[in-house]
Amino acid sequence: MTIKNRIFQLAVIVWFGIFSLVIIFPLIWLCLSGLKSNRDFFLNTWSLPEKWLWGNYKAAWDAGVGDFFFNSVFVTIVSVSIILLLGAMAAYGLSRFQFKGQNMLLVIILSGLMLAPQVSLLPLYKLLQAVGLYNTYGALILPYVAFQLPFAIFLMRSYFLSIPKELEESAIIDGCNSWKVFWHIILPMGKPIIASAALLTGMFVWNEFMFALVFIEDSSLRTIPVGLMNLRSQLNTNFGIQLAGLAISALPMIIAYILFQKQFVRGISAGGVKG
Amino acid sequence: MKNYRSSRTALLYILPALLIVVCMVFLPIVLNLYNSFFRWNSFGTEKVFVGFEYYIRLFKDPVFYTALKNNGLYAIISLIFQVGLGIIIAAILEDKLIRKFQPFFRTVFFIPSVISIAVVGLLWQLLYNPEVGLVNGTLEAIGLSEWTHSWLGDSKTAIYAVVAVSQWQYTGYITMLFLIAMQKIPDEFYEAAMIDGASRIKSFFHITLPQIKEMILVGSVITVIGAFKVFDEVYVMTSGGPGRSTEVLGTMLYRSAFRNDEMGYASTIGTVIFVITLTLSLIQMKIGKTGKEV
Repeated sequence: MTIKNRIFQLAVIVWFGIFSLVIIFPLIWLCLSGLKSNRDFFLNTWSLPEKWLWGNYKAAWDAGVGDFFFNSVFVTIVSVSIILLLGAMAAYGLSRFQFKGQNMLLVIILSGLMLAPQVSLLPLYKLLQAVGLYNTYGALILPYVAFQLPFAIFLMRSYFLSIPKELEESAIIDGCNSWKVFWHIILPMGKPIIASAALLTGMFVWNEFMFALVFIEDSSLRTIPVGLMNLRSQLNTNFGIQLAGLAISALPMIIAYILFQKQFVRGISAGGVKG
Repeated sequence: MKNYRSSRTALLYILPALLIVVCMVFLPIVLNLYNSFFRWNSFGTEKVFVGFEYYIRLFKDPVFYTALKNNGLYAIISLIFQVGLGIIIAAILEDKLIRKFQPFFRTVFFIPSVISIAVVGLLWQLLYNPEVGLVNGTLEAIGLSEWTHSWLGDSKTAIYAVVAVSQWQYTGYITMLFLIAMQKIPDEFYEAAMIDGASRIKSFFHITLPQIKEMILVGSVITVIGAFKVFDEVYVMTSGGPGRSTEVLGTMLYRSAFRNDEMGYASTIGTVIFVITLTLSLIQMKIGKTGKEV
């Protein structure tokens, strides 16, 4: 390696190293400060905790994070299941069948990708009240499904198009109807993209804030992002517990991301869409 | 195949998704437009037709221009950092000399974008805290005490402090998009350029940039649309304050609807957001057509 190359390599590593530090350090600080007493937090902002108060994490969990966590898990699992099922069905319908108006349906569904949720916020708020779903899990699940379906269909449709047709043809000759083809051929063959769609839509649902803020009134039904806002005003004076709550909320996504990285990247590369 | 010609069967598969999207995404947009012509509040049932009154009021409202300016600022700064810096970082990560470190840096840079904006916002609110926050702490530690500041508390710096958090969170995401696009460029292009004696910088301008042109355009439009959809981080960190200095269209809508209970005015703001994002989306669709694979 030439000296010039070595200098280039070194400079980049220093630069990116500083970048990495700017990202990782606040997160480590968050987890560690969650273990401090209030006094310790104010006096020793930088150092390790004087006493490691694991009780803070338990206190945060009991103060509400546990309930928010359960709500988030529930809403995420139900929403993602519906998104995957209805999304895969629609993607199958749009990728395999040929009929008039197909392109128009596709454009209608995919243009849902581009609309800002703020525009639907107030009408949805009134609609959900009118049908009695306001302040229930349904008030979150239904809009999440609606806003993520276009993205899921977009991902799955292009993948389904690339699945070779021979298997289906022989299945149909053997007397399978399209529903059987869907369940026994398309879904198993589409597993990689379904997993990507599950991760990316799951990430959206888990993190969503605005709908969760407006469509839920009861603090016992709140999901993590909005619940944390409650916690902040409730525990205004205890920073340790507050930070512990934030750490509990951030960690599952970070761990999931590190475990399922390949899938995440594949999903993004197929979609290229933010949020 | 004969079975795949039946449009009725196809519709059975598509209909559930279509119905939900139409009822929960498209119908609300029409309702929102309709609602913007009426004076109404969240509890009363009575709606009074006011025509374009709210539109006229909006265009005279100085806060509206603050919000537009802030959304615009968001867009410009995000373009510079997420798109501009993102391309450079991605290109360096793809360089032969750095490639072996790529998995590590790629993973780290992407981490913030998987965390909820609400969590990130609350975390940064503490980091910006003038007494205990790490931002001032770092400045003091490296000898720049005179730069310490109440970042979110000063109406001059608050919006920049909020925008900075978005850059912290999403630069890695956009970088990942560019990395994926760059990985599709055949290695031979660079090898040929090297034989011709082209430097790194020359290859970057003559090979990398032209090859990922589509992704740059799409990435730019995604970023700009994102800048006009901003709500969470502003709401969490400043709620539009101090004063109304960090107000964006999203928080202005929220405040009109749920603080001031002026649903009609809020709907009007919603319509403006719709028009802006729709225009940008149409541009994106037009660009998307020229680049089939993105």
